Amino acid sequence: MTEEIIIAGFGGQGVLSMGKILAYSGVMQDKEVSWMPSYGPEMRGGTANVSVIISDERISSPIINQFDTAIILNQQSLDKFEASVKPGGLLIYDPNGITHEPTRKDINIYKIAATAKAQELGISKVFNMVVLGGFLKLKPIVDKQYIHEGLEHSLPQRHWNLIPQNEEAIEIGKGLIECVQKL
Amino acid sequence: MNKDNEARRQELLKEGYEEVYTRTKVLTDAVMHYCPGCGHGTTHRIIAEVIDEMGIQDQVVGVSPVGCSVLAYNYFDVDFQEAAHGRAPALATAIKRLNPDTFVFTYQGDGDLAAIGTAETIHAANRGENITMIFVNNGIYGMTGGQMAPTTLVGMKSATTPYGRRVELNGYPLRMTELLSTLPGTYYVTRQSVQNPAAVRKAKAAIRKAFENQKLKKGLSFVEILSNCNSGWKMTPVAANKWMEDNMMPNYPIGDIKVDGKIAEGIDANRLVLDHPLTVMQ
Amino acid sequence: MARELKLMKGNEAIARAMIASGTDGYFGYPITPQSEVMETLMAEKPWETTGMVVLQAESEVASINMVYGGAATGKKVATSSSSPGISLMQEGLTYLAGAEIPCLVVNVMRGGPGLGTIQPSQSDYFQSVKGGGHGDYQLYTLAPASVQEMYDFVFDAWDIAFKYRNPVLILSDGAIGQCMEKLYTRDNVARWTEEERRANAPWGTWGKPATRPHNIITSLELDSARQEVFNLKLQKKYDEMKEKEVRYEALNCEDADYIIVAYGSSSRIAMKAMQMAREKGIKVGLFRLITLFPFPTKQLADIAKKVKGILCVEMSAGQMIEDVKLATQCGVKTEHFGRFGGIIPTPGEVLEALENKIIK
Repeated sequence: MTEEIIIAGFGGQGVLSMGKILAYSGVMQDKEVSWMPSYGPEMRGGTANVSVIISDERISSPIINQFDTAIILNQQSLDKFEASVKPGGLLIYDPNGITHEPTRKDINIYKIAATAKAQELGISKVFNMVVLGGFLKLKPIVDKQYIHEGLEHSLPQRHWNLIPQNEEAIEIGKGLIECVQKL
Repeated sequence: MNKDNEARRQELLKEGYEEVYTRTKVLTDAVMHYCPGCGHGTTHRIIAEVIDEMGIQDQVVGVSPVGCSVLAYNYFDVDFQEAAHGRAPALATAIKRLNPDTFVFTYQGDGDLAAIGTAETIHAANRGENITMIFVNNGIYGMTGGQMAPTTLVGMKSATTPYGRRVELNGYPLRMTELLSTLPGTYYVTRQSVQNPAAVRKAKAAIRKAFENQKLKKGLSFVEILSNCNSGWKMTPVAANKWMEDNMMPNYPIGDIKVDGKIAEGIDANRLVLDHPLTVMQ
Repeated sequence: MARELKLMKGNEAIARAMIASGTDGYFGYPITPQSEVMETLMAEKPWETTGMVVLQAESEVASINMVYGGAATGKKVATSSSSPGISLMQEGLTYLAGAEIPCLVVNVMRGGPGLGTIQPSQSDYFQSVKGGGHGDYQLYTLAPASVQEMYDFVFDAWDIAFKYRNPVLILSDGAIGQCMEKLYTRDNVARWTEEERRANAPWGTWGKPATRPHNIITSLELDSARQEVFNLKLQKKYDEMKEKEVRYEALNCEDADYIIVAYGSSSRIAMKAMQMAREKGIKVGLFRLITLFPFPTKQLADIAKKVKGILCVEMSAGQMIEDVKLATQCGVKTEHFGRFGGIIPTPGEVLEALENKIIK
């Protein structure tokens, strides 16, 4: 199993930390992982993206340009990465702020209204975990118990009291994701 | 001291000679390359005497610069490092921080400390590094053949200011000692000279204080020593000392500027930051 | 700290390895993409645990000279920077090499020339192994290709640095520095005691006891005859490194018709390209340089004899390729493929270059 993922959105949406929690969960499940961020001016409020690879084998290149899954959180990222999804791959997007829907016909497309849901529930801080839940519903590549360990390792100990809230958000996401186009 | 010298000394003492002056053991037997009459030799000696008198020879690490005193490590019988041009305060910073029980001193000239190494000097002082910096100012690049230094006086001739230093071309003489005294990181800042016995005694007391201060861990001690550069100035040593007193000292007044972390008594704050009296040489 | 499994960035791994390997001091100046090294050290506060000194200097020029001062006392002292900062350090590096001071310098490369870009690049190869500063000197140069190697090579660096009294350079790039991967940490190695320091670095300047002559650390020798003798001694040291300290990794080279030569993050991309080629039935091997100096000349030459072509992949306009051609005496078709200015080539591009430039 090798899953190559790009997560992209605005800086501040928790793109990098979502990738980190996913990657750390993979580490806990004894998978090979890599987490490769875009860095630079993007870090300061522009677009941010991270490629995460989770695999059963040694990972060759952490830098990739074709993805099994693209998790897209804004229009710029959709414009940039829709074409990078491998044929037959998966694109997940949050419809918040999306004015041009994805147009590919050769990939699976799902949407998750995580921004709206998180605002409604007053849990905007764990918005990214709602999105992650949606992804894990479709591709359960790491088990629930390892997600818990991944959260423990990713969050400083003083924030461990927030872990249940993060886990709840993942569960909310699992129920929220809806199919747009299935091959 | 080498064996022959020591044997000769013992012989003379046996013959009834009274020993009134001897070389300090903190200097090596190496023959100094400094020009006769230059202030470096005297300054070396009084530093060595201070180290000897304090009994810290086994705890001292010195840092020599690039310039006339580049070979200072050959003359002091203490552990020594030779720095790249201007970087002595950076070396000293790390030596002291990694070896807090040592006494660390830098020995630099005006080109090294006040031109190429200005950043390292100011930042070491501003961090309040617990070291002693000795700054020998002769207003010229001696080793490379008498070019203009940042401390060259206005109107003063040098190899690169053959018609005299002009403010509009070269800016003003840089008074590092006054400048450093305004930084909270410095604990003791003084300017001394070594052209006569009285001056040497005062300079030695200042260097002693600067080394003693390392025990207090309160900041950086900075001792400027005004020196002639008789060969660079193209004068006899005697004439050079007179010239130094007449021309250098009005621009670079002798005395303590900051003592125990406070601006010294009688020092007008304006002198440090605003008023910049310059003697324009004719 | 015992052996643990972590997920961490390459830059953070460097910092943690410094603490774990008993490093005595770190002096640095912020520059993207390696600022996490000092940030991690400052957050970890090793001065409270191992006693390691960490200081933010006023410039890279000051940093490298602080390394000189501290390391010349016989302690393990390190710095890190990225390309423009490393350029500023070149003066210090030649002095360190000239004074034979063991130390560690990490370069997390970014694209140049000039201020360039902050994205990954490998265009400092010449600067690293062909003498970035003046004079005939070499830095023992390690090129990590993973976060684990970023960590492990810090430990290796101290062994080599003190064995040969020579500066060691870890030449990485923004991709490995910023990438997070699995990492097994090691048990902490205690910092040297005073006795160990004196035994391991008897040449150090820490205050002359009455029992020995004063130690002098300098790179100055005004007598040309003696300076020539010193240079010969340095060359002998470098020759010994060439003989004993070469490191490389040969993957699938036994049956290969073609090989890719690469180091650092390029070698990871090349590995993927190799896998893609093998899936297409093309027998491709990967020769990964681990030491750039000493260069695995003989080992590469032996493999090169058996292949039809070599593709050199590096994120530069073609620097390492010169040493590859020297190693093989241009005996086999050798071409360069690289992206530069901060662009990372994709495995697909590498495979395409292999097919178009070498196989065709």
